[in-house]
Amino acid sequence: MAQRAIREYDGKAIFSKHWEKYFSGFHYGFKSVLVTNGDELRACAQKHGFEWLKQEALVAKPDMLFGKRGKNDLVLFKTTKPGDVTLEEAAKWIDEKIAHETTLLSGQHGTLTHFIVEPFTPHSQDQEYYISATTVGEDDVLYLSAEGGMEVEEGWEEKVNEVTIPITMDDANIAHLIRANVPAGIPAENKERFIAFAEQFYKFYRDLNFAYLEINPIVMIGNDMHILDLVARLDDTAGFMMGESWCGAEFPTAFGMEDQSPEEKAIAEADSKSGASLKLTILNPMGRIWTMVAGGGASVVYADTIADLSGNVADLANYGEYSGGPTTGETKFYADTVLDLMTRHKDPKGRDKILIIGGAIANFTDVAKTFTGIIQSFETYADRMKEHNTRIYVRRGGPNYEKGLKDIKDAADRLGLYIEVYGPETHVTDIVRMALEK
Amino acid sequence: MGALFTKDTQAIFWNNNASAIQRMLDYDYVINRAKPSVAAIVAPTSGNKFEKFFYGPDEIMVPVFRNTTEAAAAFPNADVLLNFGSFRTAYDVTMEAITLKGQFKTVMVTAEGIPERLARKMNQAARDAGVVVIGPATVGGIAPGGFKIANVGGTIENIINSKLHRAGSCGLVTRSGGLFNELSNIISINADGIAEGVAIGGDRFVGSVFIDNLLRMESNPEVKYMVLLGEVGGTEEYKVIEAVKAGKIKKPIIAWCIGTIAKHFSSGVQFGHAGASANADAETAASKNEAMAAAGIYVPASFNDLPHTIAEVYGKLRAEGTIGEIVEPELRSVPKVRRKKEFICTISDDRGDEATYAGYPISSVATPETGFGIGDVISLLWFKKRYPKWATDYLETVIKTVADHGPAVSGAHNAKVTARAGKDVISSLVTGLLTIGPRFGGAIDDAARYFKYANDRGMSPAEFIDYMKKEGKTISGIGHRIKSVRNPDLRVSGLKKYAAEHFPATPLLDFALEVEKLTTSKKDNLILNVDGTIGILMVDMWRALGYSEDEIDGFIEAGALNAFFVVGRSIGFIGHILDEKRLGMPMYRHPTDDILYNVELADEI
Repeated sequence: MAQRAIREYDGKAIFSKHWEKYFSGFHYGFKSVLVTNGDELRACAQKHGFEWLKQEALVAKPDMLFGKRGKNDLVLFKTTKPGDVTLEEAAKWIDEKIAHETTLLSGQHGTLTHFIVEPFTPHSQDQEYYISATTVGEDDVLYLSAEGGMEVEEGWEEKVNEVTIPITMDDANIAHLIRANVPAGIPAENKERFIAFAEQFYKFYRDLNFAYLEINPIVMIGNDMHILDLVARLDDTAGFMMGESWCGAEFPTAFGMEDQSPEEKAIAEADSKSGASLKLTILNPMGRIWTMVAGGGASVVYADTIADLSGNVADLANYGEYSGGPTTGETKFYADTVLDLMTRHKDPKGRDKILIIGGAIANFTDVAKTFTGIIQSFETYADRMKEHNTRIYVRRGGPNYEKGLKDIKDAADRLGLYIEVYGPETHVTDIVRMALEK
Repeated sequence: MGALFTKDTQAIFWNNNASAIQRMLDYDYVINRAKPSVAAIVAPTSGNKFEKFFYGPDEIMVPVFRNTTEAAAAFPNADVLLNFGSFRTAYDVTMEAITLKGQFKTVMVTAEGIPERLARKMNQAARDAGVVVIGPATVGGIAPGGFKIANVGGTIENIINSKLHRAGSCGLVTRSGGLFNELSNIISINADGIAEGVAIGGDRFVGSVFIDNLLRMESNPEVKYMVLLGEVGGTEEYKVIEAVKAGKIKKPIIAWCIGTIAKHFSSGVQFGHAGASANADAETAASKNEAMAAAGIYVPASFNDLPHTIAEVYGKLRAEGTIGEIVEPELRSVPKVRRKKEFICTISDDRGDEATYAGYPISSVATPETGFGIGDVISLLWFKKRYPKWATDYLETVIKTVADHGPAVSGAHNAKVTARAGKDVISSLVTGLLTIGPRFGGAIDDAARYFKYANDRGMSPAEFIDYMKKEGKTISGIGHRIKSVRNPDLRVSGLKKYAAEHFPATPLLDFALEVEKLTTSKKDNLILNVDGTIGILMVDMWRALGYSEDEIDGFIEAGALNAFFVVGRSIGFIGHILDEKRLGMPMYRHPTDDILYNVELADEI
């Protein structure tokens, strides 16, 4: 992963932290809190510096990486008329939302857990602007519009000016380019201000290593800037350079994505502690074909081939890889996890289970060594594998592969497991065909 | 354009990745390369001057440098940089390499997860400078039979099985490094192997993309057709389609995009690399495969059918006569068991019929008619070079000049006392030699070191004197107990006269004489003395012989100047020892009336 979404609240916190450095001449209040339920919000209001929660009209909305919250009717800004939401009303609304599952217009569904609460900002439509920046191809592109709000996507071509900024362009030319592309619709009295802000916004986006940054709308009242809605993605590979600059922003899972299973979490944890790469995604726990593939590219072609040849993608139970020279212990743990998952449910149609132990020709991983961990796992799960009529297909090449293949074949034969083994003379994914044709 | 690498290509390897370098050298040996493919290693934190590697059954030394600039200066023909820096340093390493104009044609970057903005800057800077970047996040590439990057191809056994030891006729471009090996294997089984292959890397922003590599392969006559293994995500394959449609690529292309599975899952599952995520319909593997097929590119029905397509295209080109028969080359094999050598010798060799000094048989330097003097022997054994006559004459002059300075100096005195105690020549000589150090004989070293330091940094004579005063040091090489401006040291006069007549130039001596003018204006006996003159002229000699300032500093640090004093003065010491033996002098005991006794009763604590 490289580009990862952060919460609106964290994005605003990053703005606030660097505001003085980047946005001289403008003011930003950063009155926002992030809460997970009504009581937390009420508790916040008791804290010093958060008196505004009791004093001002509020806006509350989920802060869970999805957009179009207005269209989904998930922005609380009025009870009877705009700008009359009190602390108590916001707290109750939040508790109400977390009590049920929510389905978005897009079909994503899940339980809301995080909300951002801020003061209501009275303003007129003509004070709303749109600004965003991202990378397109090799260039940065800055998008500017005199019209902000939910409707900007409709009529994008006419409303939005795109400013393409090559990666090596210097600040003087960037300033010149932005000035030359300021949207015509910006009123004369705000033009200079908007140009200055757009330039500062771009440098902020660039220097803080955002991959995507959008404020829609940004409300400009004199020199007061109100960030009403914000979407941000960070380039997480830059994390080592950014340190505190990112205010400890976390990278939450997208809303509606099922949370990871305990097994996926355990593999992810093992991965984070290892110099090797261990990845596991469960696609269908009831699936018939389970894979244990070495290498990122190979794992993709095995998944492709299983989907192509089985005719039913639901047969594919998991996706993942182990690579980069895992230790015997790590490989055993990975194999234990997969074999345990594979032998939990009988195939609904009563078919055999298929275990694909695949991989391309390794550059430097010792094949026999990694197979040792898998063989140890066979010892534990042999009975359960037999109960599920498991057929094992192995294909691998690379350092010491002959010994690896012989060892795994001998072990399976000794344990009474069905196994076929192949080396580099067999096409990498051909074992999928063999397994499905039998 | 044309081939990316040849059999003469040499690389500088950034980071001492010993196993990857050894794999390259094993490959070089097996394919009979004339020169190893790794010219030098850059290891910023290493204190070593070289690393040993096996080359076939023997060991060779690969020089180690602290930075790329120095390595490049030493190996101007090494035009590939293998950047094995981590994701934290890889950017800076590439940028340094790009600034060395005219040095590198190719920079391979292995690190995965370089910050995207840095990767984009790096890639653009390389393009602007005309440098091909392979990667980031790649295992590299190979020109079979010519040059192999690091771990590409895996073990030697697999390399030979996959026909990566000699050029075939396919140009291979993949994103994935793991599948690169696999594709090489597939192509060797179904065709005649590859002529050139590159894994462009898995990160979102990579330097050279599919089209760059395919256009180069189009212009490389060794490549008869290409295999492209793309991936879901991005639009790079469309650039290839455009080039085919525009007739810029005429050679047949076989292509497949992996990641067709992604269409079955709406979002959230990342299949493959960071760069592999479809943001639009056109970026899906299926769309790209369709579009490529429509443009006349050979696209199999599935990845599993790729071997058949390769066999079919190869068979056609073979039948047409586009591809001929390959003559399998003779290979050397790397011994299974190799032993590292404990000692290294680079100056002499006693294994042949006759022992040699730096390649010169002893008989060719020993007798008078050879024209070799002791200065020549020293230049061969100490510096592994044949110095010109003016320089060897200078070395001999130095030895003759320092051979003795009477019985009273501390070294000679010690030697004499030891000899009188009844010890043998060696023990007595060693006692004298052990006296040589900072106060006795060390002025030669220090004079060379400090005068050179000042001269290297452009100090004026006055600044140099100030500097030494601030450091609280007397200036080595300046001052004499007896001799003065009006009563010059004739040894010094002789050395200066020789240098003026025979040295091409004497910049450091000229500087020292300016310093002397200032010091003697303060005190008459603060002249440039014989130690100073010898050390300073030695630096001038090395400069005139073409050594770099770093090399000369290395000589001084290693104690080479002291060594001249040791050799010369040993002659004198031995003379004093033999003199004692000849005279049969008794045991020496120092008279007590020449010692100030000042002993108090020790305090109790």
